[in-house]
Amino acid sequence: MKLKYLSSPYLVWMVVFILVPLLMIAYFAFTTDSGSLTIKYLSDVGQYANIFVRSIWLALIATVICLIIAYPVAFILSRMDKHRQGTMLMIVMLPMWMNFLLRTYAWMTLLANNGIINHLLALAGLGPVKLINTSGAVVLGMVYNYLPFMILPLYSVMEKIDGSLFEAASDLGCSSSQTLFRVIIPLSMPGITSGVTMVFVPAISTFIISRMLGGGSNLLIGDLIEMQFLGNSYNPHLGAAISLVLMVIILVIMTVMNQFDPDDQVLM
Amino acid sequence: MKKLGKIYLALVLLFLYVPIFVLIVFSFNETKSRSVFSGFTLDWYVRLFHNRIIISSLVNTIIIAVSASVISTVLGTLAAIGINGMRKLPKAVIMNVTNIPIINPEIVTGVSLMLLFVFFAARMNLEFGFVTLLIAHITFDVPYVILNVMPKFNQMDPHIYEAAQDLGCSPLSAFRKVVLPEIMPGVVSGFLMSFTYSLDDFVVSYFTSGSTSQTLPITIYSMTRRKVSPEINALSTIIFIVVIIVLVVKNAIEKRAAVKSGQVKEG
Repeated sequence: MKLKYLSSPYLVWMVVFILVPLLMIAYFAFTTDSGSLTIKYLSDVGQYANIFVRSIWLALIATVICLIIAYPVAFILSRMDKHRQGTMLMIVMLPMWMNFLLRTYAWMTLLANNGIINHLLALAGLGPVKLINTSGAVVLGMVYNYLPFMILPLYSVMEKIDGSLFEAASDLGCSSSQTLFRVIIPLSMPGITSGVTMVFVPAISTFIISRMLGGGSNLLIGDLIEMQFLGNSYNPHLGAAISLVLMVIILVIMTVMNQFDPDDQVLM
Repeated sequence: MKKLGKIYLALVLLFLYVPIFVLIVFSFNETKSRSVFSGFTLDWYVRLFHNRIIISSLVNTIIIAVSASVISTVLGTLAAIGINGMRKLPKAVIMNVTNIPIINPEIVTGVSLMLLFVFFAARMNLEFGFVTLLIAHITFDVPYVILNVMPKFNQMDPHIYEAAQDLGCSPLSAFRKVVLPEIMPGVVSGFLMSFTYSLDDFVVSYFTSGSTSQTLPITIYSMTRRKVSPEINALSTIIFIVVIIVLVVKNAIEKRAAVKSGQVKEG
């Protein structure tokens, strides 16, 4: 029996529903409605340079904040007693199982002008402060939603680091900051690279967070794409061109990240 | 140092949980206020259970998630068996393509499938709705099944399949009695993973569903776009409780399995 033929149904599926749709994006990006070749839509993307810059910038800030918050969390978790680690990890990951829209909605109600934070500020004689519909709210939403994506890969790498390495480092005269920079960070590099991609990719392409927490004034690449397909300005050609540029940006960033990864492994 | 770590961990947990708890507390609030708790009520829960749109989209979500994850598990397991028997180059090419829906931003997966469906809708009798939603869900589910099953083949000793045949098993029964039990944990975790992804998906569904077939996340999205309604808070509370129950049960089952196989001592 030739086992390899068992994969043929999937191979057909893969070609029709993964490869063909991607080729259609490329086709739509380079053609007009009548089917003639054009680079008009790709050059039109240039008009939205400010939105691209904003998306990359906000996603970058959110990724860095996630890394700074998650790194100590993952380290503390990885040094706990083995049987407590599982429970603690479950508690940290649990909010991620709530639907993403509900988690974002929670911040919508907290940050609203008549929300609980402004209410508390008013009681303290402060405010009201404009919290929602700011770029800060968008970054907060990204950090809140994607923090677990950073903690998990960091934890799974750190958990495997032998604790006696830290003792060895200090026996050999390392200060604790030297141990951090020369032992812990290099060993956890695969976790850092996969955590960064797992936060950056959804953050740069989101349209929910910017719409719910950013109001109309903080459009991101995701909003731009969504508007071309389901919004008022229906234009799949431009939408496809923007999607193509977005994919290229992500590909470039992932290639750069892979340079830092010693064994080139992808952690899920 | 240890104490500092505990305080830090507690602060991060506070950050993660406070928004959810505020949501839960206000699901019992008498008025629609988002900042003042004026009195206890279960009204929002009663309204939620009488909300036809929510109930029907919940049923729809479950039907889609079950069918998509079952089909994906079959398709993906067969695919993994086949891919495992291939030579290095075709294997690498297929695995790279399989990774695309996982690495690509969800919005790109969503709009690329939408373009395909629009193309078919214009030429054939295809409507946006249950079928397009199901196809889209299977497309992003299968890669997770394959990625869960493939490593099980690498851990397995290939000789036991041959040994079973030497001892008189037909290839099919050797497969059923030897290979299948070995890869079963991967199949199960692939199934569970694709089920949860399907249940939770918003972005891809948003671009591939029609007005006839809404899933719960899409209904939630349109609710958040409209007026403030504490029904969403009530829904969040129920979902949160379900999630806790599922995770606790899952943890208990895993612990029991680990104790049984002697990996972990009772502690």
